[in-house]
Amino acid sequence: MVLQLFEGEKIRFAPFDPERDAEPFSRWTHDPESLRLIEIEPARPLSPFQIKKRFEEMEKEMGRDLYYFVIRAKENDRAIGFAYIRWIEWNHGNAFFNLAIGSPDDRRKGLGNEALQMLLRYAFEELNLYRMSTFTMEYNIGAQRFLEKHGFQQEVCAREAIYRDGKYWDTLSYGLLAEEWAAGQGKP
Amino acid sequence: MSETIFTGKLTRLVGIEPEKAGERMAQWSRDSEYVQLYNSSQAAPRYAKQIQDRLRNELDKARPGDFYFLVQPLDDERVIGEVGLWSALTPHRNAWLAVAIGERELWGKGYGSDAVRITLRYGFQELNLHRINLNVFGYNTRAIRAYEKLGFAHEGAIRGALKRYGRRWDILFMGILREEWERAQVAGSK
Amino acid sequence: MDNNFFTGMLVRLTALDPEHDAESVGRWERDSEYEQLLKVGPVYLIGTKKWKERMEEPVTERRVEFAIRTRDENRLIGFLNLMGLQNQHGDCYVGIGIGEREFWGKGYGTDAMRVGLRFAFQELNRHRVSLMVVSTNPRAIRSYEKSGFAVEGRTRGTNHRMGERVDIVHMGILRSEWEAIQAGVKKED
Repeated sequence: MVLQLFEGEKIRFAPFDPERDAEPFSRWTHDPESLRLIEIEPARPLSPFQIKKRFEEMEKEMGRDLYYFVIRAKENDRAIGFAYIRWIEWNHGNAFFNLAIGSPDDRRKGLGNEALQMLLRYAFEELNLYRMSTFTMEYNIGAQRFLEKHGFQQEVCAREAIYRDGKYWDTLSYGLLAEEWAAGQGKP
Repeated sequence: MSETIFTGKLTRLVGIEPEKAGERMAQWSRDSEYVQLYNSSQAAPRYAKQIQDRLRNELDKARPGDFYFLVQPLDDERVIGEVGLWSALTPHRNAWLAVAIGERELWGKGYGSDAVRITLRYGFQELNLHRINLNVFGYNTRAIRAYEKLGFAHEGAIRGALKRYGRRWDILFMGILREEWERAQVAGSK
Repeated sequence: MDNNFFTGMLVRLTALDPEHDAESVGRWERDSEYEQLLKVGPVYLIGTKKWKERMEEPVTERRVEFAIRTRDENRLIGFLNLMGLQNQHGDCYVGIGIGEREFWGKGYGTDAMRVGLRFAFQELNRHRVSLMVVSTNPRAIRSYEKSGFAVEGRTRGTNHRMGERVDIVHMGILRSEWEAIQAGVKKED
């Protein structure tokens, strides 16, 4: 039987639905603590209208250079986060990704783990990428542990690359190669 | 609930929803005294669609360094005002601040000051600004006093730049530096 | 040394002029070895006319683009870009390419980088400048180290070309490090 790429056990990947999803996405942007863990851009609250506009802009790139998924909890089909692959360098087989569970209440339930596993399978077995790259901030210990648990190696430390709360922080870049991911799956 | 960078003691910053906000904001424009407090162009009442178009236009034109928000009270979903920092992402790390509380019954009760306080904190802590400037009209004594209490210094005036109410008024230029703001925080927490 | 931020010892940083410079840029793209050292995307040929159109497009606030010209003959030899300007963090990336091969290995690139860094730190008030370089470009890596950049890591296998997979080296220079170099230079005067 062939594995399903978009259906997990507790979550599924889905396209962005402006009617249903603009509101929860907007709510997450009003939580500056979460935004600082995900983004280096200044935290900024966005209304559902502004969220929809952003998605309209993003739609132009989707399916070519950007693969964007809303993470939905299977029990009630609620949007709980997002995962995306972008800045794909097809000739090198390299891409960046980001993944976030929007509300602190939905975290620490294994949903992020499942989402990353599904995203990596999509990247390595459907997009045939050679490696997946991402970065996080020095103060985001949770993200560092999360990535290391999934086999990512820290490759670059850009010193004093961001400035927040009156001090400079490093950004850490991580990478996972297809062959490392496959070995972790127990494949030859 | 403890304060976050978007929330204060009385107010919070929210995103721009033109549909919802347009009606409310058009009401404010019927109050000429309100309009004259912040707008140097001829005061004129507006209808909802004009405001909605203006908001949509602002969002379309907004540059990455413009941070414009609506203001709500902490306990309900009404829009009571607008506030923003403009041109905040240049190598000079300065920005222009503008604020307006449209609901007359909330004037003089600390809502405007609270919104400005949150915005100053946002500018210095999230945008890492070095200084924030603003213009205020000479006849807007309530605002001038509020800005002084928040730590803004008088830095100059464009003399006689406005003519209203039968006489000439200055446009005042005020500014606050990061270290002044930081000192005020320390002093406030004692 | 004069206070003109755009002038170095061997080179000058100027604007790219679509009228006069498109022809050189169109010629450089024919040198695929040069292009491969520079570009992430597949190297390709687009022609002088398309280069001119690209050069006429307005540049966003997050980029500053320079042409590198020789001081003595005002000859266009390459370009230097400051990209990804993040003003709230004070970071940016620098990219440089010397398209005229005869100027490789003679200090022109290093001089252009010195001018570019001074501009980044003194005019754009950067806190740090970053760059990425393919590991198979040791000449460039040495030049960047001479300019004060430190290696901060390598992303493995990120570059796949001509049947070979190699790493991309990430480098960075902090403001304090750049200032120390300036102070060192002054002492020698």
